[in-house]
Amino acid sequence: MTTYLLNWGVFFEELPGGGEEYWQLILYGVGWTLAVSACAWVIALIVGSIIGTIRTTTNPWLVRFGNGWVELFRNVPLLVQMFLWYFVIPEFIPPLKGWIVRAEPVHAQFLSAVLCLGLFTSARIAEQVRAGIQSLPRGQRAAGMALGLTQPQVYRYVLLPMGFRIIIPPLTSETMNLIKNSSVALTIGLAELTFRARELGEYTFNFFEAFTAATLIYIVIAMTANRVMARIEKNVAVPGYIAGGGGK
Amino acid sequence: MHLDFGIIAGALPFLWKGFQYTVQLTAISAIGGLFFGTLLALARLSSNKWLSMAAAGYVNLMRSIPLVLVIFWFFFLMPVILQSLTGAERPVQIGAERTAIITFIMFEAAYFCEIMRAGIQSIPRGQVNSAYALGLTYGQAMRLVILPQAFRNMIPVLLTQTIILFQDTSLVYVISATDFVGAASKIAQRDGRLVEMYLFVAVVYFVICYTLSYLVKRLQKKIAVIR
Repeated sequence: MTTYLLNWGVFFEELPGGGEEYWQLILYGVGWTLAVSACAWVIALIVGSIIGTIRTTTNPWLVRFGNGWVELFRNVPLLVQMFLWYFVIPEFIPPLKGWIVRAEPVHAQFLSAVLCLGLFTSARIAEQVRAGIQSLPRGQRAAGMALGLTQPQVYRYVLLPMGFRIIIPPLTSETMNLIKNSSVALTIGLAELTFRARELGEYTFNFFEAFTAATLIYIVIAMTANRVMARIEKNVAVPGYIAGGGGK
Repeated sequence: MHLDFGIIAGALPFLWKGFQYTVQLTAISAIGGLFFGTLLALARLSSNKWLSMAAAGYVNLMRSIPLVLVIFWFFFLMPVILQSLTGAERPVQIGAERTAIITFIMFEAAYFCEIMRAGIQSIPRGQVNSAYALGLTYGQAMRLVILPQAFRNMIPVLLTQTIILFQDTSLVYVISATDFVGAASKIAQRDGRLVEMYLFVAVVYFVICYTLSYLVKRLQKKIAVIR
């Protein structure tokens, strides 16, 4: 009976090519995971806020556009969206296609992954921003208007500051989803954490050690993101309005 | 560029096979995940500290790592686990398709657990007490009083989760299972027709998921009115 032999030292063994050790491979993977997640998060937050906000305006065309945006990105699997960004969309934009052919593969992979994850997550954030704004008492908007503020001013000074505070907890879980979803980028060849863990397993057959390392790193990243968001939530809490304090 | 959607017609029988697997995987995982998820929820709410801690640990672990990594984990572990269960000479290979079914049941159980836990907790405490007062055992109280109501309250959320599951099953692509996306990508790469194939796949998913989530929304309104 063949048994599986654990070898935790595998991370400090050299790659077949020499020079580097396996732990460095994993570290590069972590770097790409964080880079993709961070860039996508910025896009998701900006686009998601805009789309979420226009869905609460009184302009029916803006509302329709916002709803369409959310439905579009929510009803196609992330994997398929990844393929669309990487394989399909460049075919319709010749200059982009030309750049991809000449550029390093990793640049095209990174760009596709960031756009895909950013817009995919933007639809989810838009839904939360909309819910956050709509959960505010109707009197807030009316009071802003009564003070003589224009609609943009009402959003800028009254609705958005409160709405964003309300949605910090769901935004936290969406941030963690984004970090987890970044692993789908391995399907277009981006060497992020899960990709590197599998690669390590394939080189050395130490799959168990490799996947354990990746699992632990994902847990650490998720917990860190959770702490950071909890800190933000605490710092921006409005006294007497939303139960302040981190942790759920 | 020149688009030729004719190639899809020729590939339809193969795509249909992949699609059937996708539906099958979704249905089995939803039913299995709901079953084990309910058990997990009962374990999490149990007064036995160890049982509830073990269930919470499992659920939190599953929810904190990417689905792709979970699929890789099971794809690697299943043969070893089956080997030790059956006492076979070598690791038992059961293929990507069957591994995927087990993976998704185990993974979805964690998500359905959280839904069912919320559903059970939404039932007023008095219901449990009156069930016990009537002389029902724990099993009877759960089966006859609590769970039917919890299911009913949670039907829209459970259905929405199933739509998400339907989309997530596409990730079995990473272990080369031939689901709908897997079939499409195999044809796309064989014929060098990635653009048409992936556009077609996206449209099919969109139409199905959009229609289903619309129906769930309507159902939700209907249930809300009854309540």
